[in-house]
Amino acid sequence: MPVGFSRSEVQAIAALANLELDESELDLFARQLGEVLDYATQVQNIDTTGVPPTASLGVRHEADRADLVQPSLDRDLALSNAPDASLEAGLFKVPRVIG
Amino acid sequence: MNRLGTVREIRDAFRRGERSAVDVCTEALSCIAMRDPELHAFNTITGEQALARAAAIDSDRARWIDRPLAGVPVALKDNLCTRGVRTTASSRILEHFVPPFDATAVARLESAGAVIVGKTNCDEFAMGSSNENSAFGPARNPWAPDRIPGGSSGGSAVAVASGMTPLALGSDTGGSIRQPAALCGIVGLKPTYGRVSRYGLLAFASSLDQIGPLARTVEDVAIALTVIAGADPADATTAAEPVPDFSAGLSSHARGMRVGVPQTLVDQGVDGEVTAAYRAALDVLRDRGATLIDIDLPYAGAAIPVYYLIATAEASSNLARYDGVRYGFRDRGTDGDSTHRRDLDLKTMYARTRARGFGPEVKRRIMLGTYVLSAGYYDAYYLKAQQVRTLIRRDYERAFEQVEVVAMPTSPTPAFKIGERVSDPLQMYLADVFTVSANLAGLPAVSVPCGFTGNGLPIGLQLTGRTFEELTMLRIAHAYEQGK
Repeated sequence: MPVGFSRSEVQAIAALANLELDESELDLFARQLGEVLDYATQVQNIDTTGVPPTASLGVRHEADRADLVQPSLDRDLALSNAPDASLEAGLFKVPRVIG
Repeated sequence: MNRLGTVREIRDAFRRGERSAVDVCTEALSCIAMRDPELHAFNTITGEQALARAAAIDSDRARWIDRPLAGVPVALKDNLCTRGVRTTASSRILEHFVPPFDATAVARLESAGAVIVGKTNCDEFAMGSSNENSAFGPARNPWAPDRIPGGSSGGSAVAVASGMTPLALGSDTGGSIRQPAALCGIVGLKPTYGRVSRYGLLAFASSLDQIGPLARTVEDVAIALTVIAGADPADATTAAEPVPDFSAGLSSHARGMRVGVPQTLVDQGVDGEVTAAYRAALDVLRDRGATLIDIDLPYAGAAIPVYYLIATAEASSNLARYDGVRYGFRDRGTDGDSTHRRDLDLKTMYARTRARGFGPEVKRRIMLGTYVLSAGYYDAYYLKAQQVRTLIRRDYERAFEQVEVVAMPTSPTPAFKIGERVSDPLQMYLADVFTVSANLAGLPAVSVPCGFTGNGLPIGLQLTGRTFEELTMLRIAHAYEQGK
């Protein structure tokens, strides 16, 4: 079955992803996401009855480490790339969220 | 073109006192100054800093003389964090980001005596197979500058192939080291998942990403892997496997080695000249003493859709952090009409920042990933893809009961023209048909040059090995390289 996307469906996905899309992007993505998902639906024809999913690849880890306090990133350095920060208060600043 | 020499040659000349780190670094920087304006391999060149570092090595020779990369200039893909040096992932959203720490792989290179000369161009956040998704413009293939160098680690491949540096690091999520290495005629290695720490690598798809080296010889990537491999407390996915000297015991024969040939898979949609080069490479492996064995990887044909469902899902989550608050670009626009201007509310600031900071391919993948993880579609796409991922892993497990490595072409076609596929994402994704399975199964794989097309474009042979058996895989790759 072909996968079709309406502009309002694309808009809804964009809202979930925190992306503001313009008119031309809505049209473009409606078409392109449909094409890619159409191609991807071939996985649905594969019989996976009883097959467990692979979410991550298990590797052999070191034994548990001791839970010791270690030096970490200096606060001013951590704030140094922020577009808006108060170094004195040690805070990232965001636009006003309450009235 | 290759005056700098290989990693091994530079290191040995430094040890013998024939070349200083400053001489080598100066040569690398002058080659970059000459070639990079045309090829655009670099986003950032660390000229003075690199020379100062080389001078520090020269003034303390005794400390560095036995280090495996003493005085070797290295280029780093621009998604590897470097303390005090801009790290952009070729994205507007990180255009002015200066990391406060080094990636573990970078710190290990420097402890080994390497001199970082710059950060290389790549597809934005490593998403792409052509380097055309860079916000700063594409890198160009040194063999044919009107063609793509491959991607996403395109700049790293160009830097090595054009002789600007003997060694570069890249990252490989679905072929991003191996495919550009193949298209630029050099060696590119993706280690086993968990072999190299990903601490300080800007994350794209965390169950697939792996850092690895690009160089001109198998021996050089083996030397580099020995340096960067090993467990790291800062990355819980690194494995507690012993790290051998991968460059020891490389020999010119492959006697006793069994090489798997998945003929059915390779027969589909591969360029004629690539097929011919691949067949010739198999003959060389046989001449070197290897036995060729037909194998079947029935589910590997579904690797592309599985990969694009899983990688985009993970990307949509990983890239949620770029919201204009802690680092990177923030849209400082305002809302309302001219008499009632007000600052954007938080949610709109996020959405505009991301809209203006990310390029089209990154947006496309975030959208696709968000969709396949959303309620109602999760089971049909994401969960299903994870189940087929298990079947692909089993394909390889079965094959590795019979063979030491699996041989395939790295890319189904040689380098295509810049602009040829940009408007057709699906066509672009198909370039990864032979490379993505190694990421899905967590296996090591290496691309080695195996000839040229009639019009002089490089072709790569890919060998995929067993989990944590890079040593055997590199020995076979080296034997091939010596025999061709």
